[in-house]
Amino acid sequence: MAKTVDQYFDELRSTRVWRSVFRSGTGSSTLHRALAIQQNVFLHLFSTKVRKRMLSISATWYLGTLTLGTFLILVATGVLLMLYYHPSVPQAYADTKDLQFVVSSGLFLRNLHRWSAHAMVFLVFAHMFKVFYRGAYRPPREFNWVIGIVLLLITLLLSYTGYLLPWDQLAYWAITVGSNIASAVPVVGSKIHFLLLGGNAVNANALLRFYVLHCMILPVAAVFFIAIHFWRIRKDGGLYSHQSEPATLRARAARQEAR
Amino acid sequence: MADEKKTVGTETVSDLNRRQFFAKLGLGSIGIAAAGTTVFAYQFLSPNVLYEPSPIINAGKPESFPMDSVTLDVNSGIYIIHSKEGFFSLSAVCTHLGCLTAWKPDLGIIACPCHGSKFKQDGDKIEGPAPKPLPWKRMWISEDGDLMVDRSTDIRSMQFVRV
Repeated sequence: MAKTVDQYFDELRSTRVWRSVFRSGTGSSTLHRALAIQQNVFLHLFSTKVRKRMLSISATWYLGTLTLGTFLILVATGVLLMLYYHPSVPQAYADTKDLQFVVSSGLFLRNLHRWSAHAMVFLVFAHMFKVFYRGAYRPPREFNWVIGIVLLLITLLLSYTGYLLPWDQLAYWAITVGSNIASAVPVVGSKIHFLLLGGNAVNANALLRFYVLHCMILPVAAVFFIAIHFWRIRKDGGLYSHQSEPATLRARAARQEAR
Repeated sequence: MADEKKTVGTETVSDLNRRQFFAKLGLGSIGIAAAGTTVFAYQFLSPNVLYEPSPIINAGKPESFPMDSVTLDVNSGIYIIHSKEGFFSLSAVCTHLGCLTAWKPDLGIIACPCHGSKFKQDGDKIEGPAPKPLPWKRMWISEDGDLMVDRSTDIRSMQFVRV
């Protein structure tokens, strides 16, 4: 009797090593499947059970998932670009050109980073509109909407800080203009401008500050808020589905009673 | 016995007070530490030494600027203008969002490429979005007879330097 693939997999799942890593046991009952999600450090942020209807394209158009996808692409390509990029005035522009014309696959990675960045901004807005027009921002999900706004701002700041790094004329003047907008803040505007640039003009300090913001501070902040964002989906009762909302159910029950 | 109970009672009250005291002490310490951290962070993030170009520019001999000429120094972001009334220096940095403006000799105006602000030769605003005219910069003649400009000092307009 030849074993099926499932049997081999069951055998693997009953080994001591596998059991030491995954605690949920060998069975495949609903409980075991739920435990597999709940006991995984990454998956436990998500709901253990999801309505099948909510997995269809029409429910969400997968916009949030696609946004996460672009973010992961940006992290992966960004880390690789960091291996060839020096955030210094004499080297930044030359390194960017090297990535395009000298480094193997450099052009591919840089373009992938750039297009994913554009796509992420687009997807974040699309996700926001979808949530808005479905009414999924309403209680009890209003706090997750606020987290979403924070993530929108982080996305825009990531775009803005990344814009300076090629250190060409476009980048230089875009950041000059953008940082001068910060000066318009009443009273402390010029101080914010000075702290943001680490000087009075876009210069070596500004390049380094934007690099640190782009590669360290903002991505870490993004991961932090993304984790809260996903966890809140579970805490607020899963993805928004009009038919399963308490208010809808109450209204339906009331209609049936009146009949 | 009754007295003892009372003592126990007051002890309970004073226990609570002690807890409150330590809670306040803890919150106070955190508050002081947070304030200190804010000051520390602000000071750390403000560079004490800047390796930026000096605000004082030596523009060279006055003779090198012909009458009725507007010369842009791209690197320092100033205009050296020689008019009938005398020499003066204007900031070339647009008062809108900091772009470098350009002198248009055929139109006789200073124009910003970024958002279309226009200025007269003496810095007065012709049209926005710039909110203010281009500021005049302090100018003087050095002992060697060179035109000097201090970019960090704005002066009132119409203060010409005559050679």
